[in-house]
Amino acid sequence: MKYEACIGLETHVMQKTQTKMFCGCKHEYGAKPNTNVCPVCLGYPGALPVMNARAIELCCKAGLLLGCGINPRSKWDRKNYFYPDMAKNYQITQADEPLCLGGQLTTEVAGETKTFTIERIHQEENAAKNTHISGASLVDYNRAGTALMEIVSNPCMHSSSDALAYMTALKQIMEYGGISDCDLEKGHMRSDVNVSVRPVGQKELGAKVEIKNMNSFGFIVEAIEYEIDRQIGVIENGGTIDQETRGYDTDRGETFSQRTKEDAHDYRYFPEPDLLPVEISAEQIEQWRSELPELPAQRRARYVSELGLPEYDAGVLTAEKAVSEFFDETCQKTKQYKLVSNYLMGKVASLVTEKEISIADSELTAETLAQVAELVAGGTISSSAANELIEVLFTEGGDPKAIVEEKGMAQVSDDSALEIWADEAIAGNPKAVEAYKAGNAASINALMGCVMKASRGKANPPAVIALLKKKLGA
Amino acid sequence: MLNTKTIAELSAMLAAGECTSVDIVSDVLAAINARDGKIGAYLTLDRDDALAQAKAADAARATGTTGALLGIPVAIKDLLNVKGQPCTCGSKILEGYSAPYDATAVAKLRETGAVLLGRVNMDEFAMGSSTENSGLGKTVNPWDAERVPGGSSGGSAACVAADEAVAALGSDTGGSIRQPAAFCGCVGLKPTYGRVSRYGLTAFASSLDQIGPLAKTVKDAALLLGVVSGHDPADSTSIDVPVPDYAAALTDDLKGMKLGLPKEYFVEGMDPEVEAAVRAAVKKCEELGAEIVDVSLPNAKYAIAVYYIIATAEASANLARFDGIRYGLREDGADPIELYGKTRAAGFGPEVKRRIILGTYVLSSGYYDAYYLRAQKVRTLIRNDFIEAFKQCDAILAPVTPTPAYKIGEKTGDPLKMYLDDILTTPVNLAGNCALSVPCGFSSDGLPIGLQIIGDSFKEANILKVGHAYEQATDWHKQKPAF
Repeated sequence: MKYEACIGLETHVMQKTQTKMFCGCKHEYGAKPNTNVCPVCLGYPGALPVMNARAIELCCKAGLLLGCGINPRSKWDRKNYFYPDMAKNYQITQADEPLCLGGQLTTEVAGETKTFTIERIHQEENAAKNTHISGASLVDYNRAGTALMEIVSNPCMHSSSDALAYMTALKQIMEYGGISDCDLEKGHMRSDVNVSVRPVGQKELGAKVEIKNMNSFGFIVEAIEYEIDRQIGVIENGGTIDQETRGYDTDRGETFSQRTKEDAHDYRYFPEPDLLPVEISAEQIEQWRSELPELPAQRRARYVSELGLPEYDAGVLTAEKAVSEFFDETCQKTKQYKLVSNYLMGKVASLVTEKEISIADSELTAETLAQVAELVAGGTISSSAANELIEVLFTEGGDPKAIVEEKGMAQVSDDSALEIWADEAIAGNPKAVEAYKAGNAASINALMGCVMKASRGKANPPAVIALLKKKLGA
Repeated sequence: MLNTKTIAELSAMLAAGECTSVDIVSDVLAAINARDGKIGAYLTLDRDDALAQAKAADAARATGTTGALLGIPVAIKDLLNVKGQPCTCGSKILEGYSAPYDATAVAKLRETGAVLLGRVNMDEFAMGSSTENSGLGKTVNPWDAERVPGGSSGGSAACVAADEAVAALGSDTGGSIRQPAAFCGCVGLKPTYGRVSRYGLTAFASSLDQIGPLAKTVKDAALLLGVVSGHDPADSTSIDVPVPDYAAALTDDLKGMKLGLPKEYFVEGMDPEVEAAVRAAVKKCEELGAEIVDVSLPNAKYAIAVYYIIATAEASANLARFDGIRYGLREDGADPIELYGKTRAAGFGPEVKRRIILGTYVLSSGYYDAYYLRAQKVRTLIRNDFIEAFKQCDAILAPVTPTPAYKIGEKTGDPLKMYLDDILTTPVNLAGNCALSVPCGFSSDGLPIGLQIIGDSFKEANILKVGHAYEQATDWHKQKPAF
């Protein structure tokens, strides 16, 4: 029998807000434990929550970016459970009337365009961070009460590649939208993954297994693949899948049972009496819609249609928001779009990897990169000199023209110098000269290489070619 | 004996230089020293701090600062956070906790220069009607030491009635200000939900709780209400409605006012002396110029059932934070869950446990619709009753309690019987409007009886006006218990 997997993701995204969801404490990563805390986020007697308007705005904007409808009236609920990561022992969340409903995300999976549907997005507060050490547990409430939204997809994905494409696109949209930094290592984006399998053709979903709280895309892919195989194996051996929560053991590459349906929590949701419902006017929604930034897909299309870049370049440049913003900024200062694209995809990208410094943290600026492109286009420096110049600008910064001058990077088009190098090349490579004269046009490249070497890269290639051809009587 | 005087009187004396705040606080402390051993109103009292605050108030006055509450000592129910003071909520589970911040109502008192006196006793987490559920001390009725002072703000009512404070703050979730005020013969006001910020009030039932004054006169209650009222950005449920000068609007007659009398409030089993006293008070209001009209609150009879579902449901979540991790009592366990269990078993008293269990049950999967959701629907019906009634009248007159104060221990064995005593006060909390309790007579045993004056939302001025005019025409409020 053939089986089909159905996968849904519940993705928690930490929003980029200055302060926490329900109090004025600062939201910052890496602060000394328990310094960004107050009676509200510590669950002190008598403290009350107050909504963070910016978080509501970001959640709704995330919804708009994903094509969701914004609920004109949504409300807050308490989700009750006892654990030291939740000071009040209940979490303020949205159970049945979330901020955003419906929505979809269209992306490419292995060359095929797919649309995944989103059920809802709701706003809630984050838990504290627990660290378990020998004989004790430490709680850092700095993270307690920070703004967290949950994006719930329908079980509309059927493979780990679907899930990976969905998560990658979602991350990109959240970053582009300014909703979240989506730094996976800081836990900005974590997913619970629901996996079920059913015989192909069956309409009803199979029993759902939830794999909790994963922040690595790689592990999510592994866990989904393992879980699909496991479930099919159980069914084929005559067993049944029980609804349960499983964890993923990254060392063994296996999922393991954590909690069965029988001991599932009863969260005893009820409306949060300390907060009023959230009412959002149509005007407000339109205002937010008008403020939405350009998304990667729109940006890719613009690069192709307006800047004349190849699809490939557009895809690479928009993969990271920071890169495409740097590209856009550079293109404000030069019309050499393709050259700029080449440098960002080539030399700059390799410097970022090699030196482990982001473009933003490097000394390179949009202004200096634009000047490099202009210098190349104007014939002042060669492409190889450009790469050398970019490396200097990336690591040390400075004025491109001054550097070109100082380091003698300018191309030599001056005939007298070229003549000497060309004559030397012809004299020193009789075989290549012979081959060229015998009709092997490519042999001129060997001579050209000699000239370039002799000039230490400064000779102007078109001028060299022209001169060599002339001298060889072609 | 400055402790026997009202805020209005003391304020005038302070302004005229006839006494100082230190004099007042000294007399109050003397009264506490003399009889709180018997009354048991106070849980904690920092005498030096109280005198220091009084000195500061006197110094401020010397530099030209004025204010109705400047230098007036006010006792605080022990579930309001006062920075640097304990806030036990009458519970062992909060022993050792020191509040790191001021409740908004407390901060407002502080700003006006009131002296924040000690912390007064209450039923644990405001759950109870007799203060017998306090985990930390016993408070008796100043009129009869064998009887309860009422509750949950029993300490607040007893200290005012016994002249151990000039006024006090309490909180009312189902009658917890009005009922002890009636039992102890003082004035108590439950403001409209959203009138006074709940920020810093340890929550029992968040959708019902309100902070309010207990005082010797209606005018004093009006003065105190004026100070603590107003919108607070820290409490999303506090409402931005202007705060009128309640005290200035008081008059001596009730001409042009329509007062409603709900037949459902003269319940079966009501003490005949209570009914007689309330009916006499209605007559007195008529003499003062009010027109009496019949109104109906047909769904009020469901209030107790609805109240004990909604209040306990909210309490089950509100009290979850008392877990021994961050403050208060901790009984160690092998893991967090065992620690919670041991801490809460040791820290909470039986009534609190009973209500947490009840609230947890009504919210449980499979029961939510039948209990909590149904209760919310009936709550709307109760609210609609009041909306209809206030189309016909400016205020409603009713008893506060079916009986005067009962004997200590009389009802502790039967919690349901004690719950039923809240029948006349809980509808107002469920509807969210305001109500005042004023003394309207004494039983043949010499126990105070209260008249309840119920107002529409944000119409505190109406009920204060009725209460003040009635009070001026009677002298129940001038009678003092003998010590």
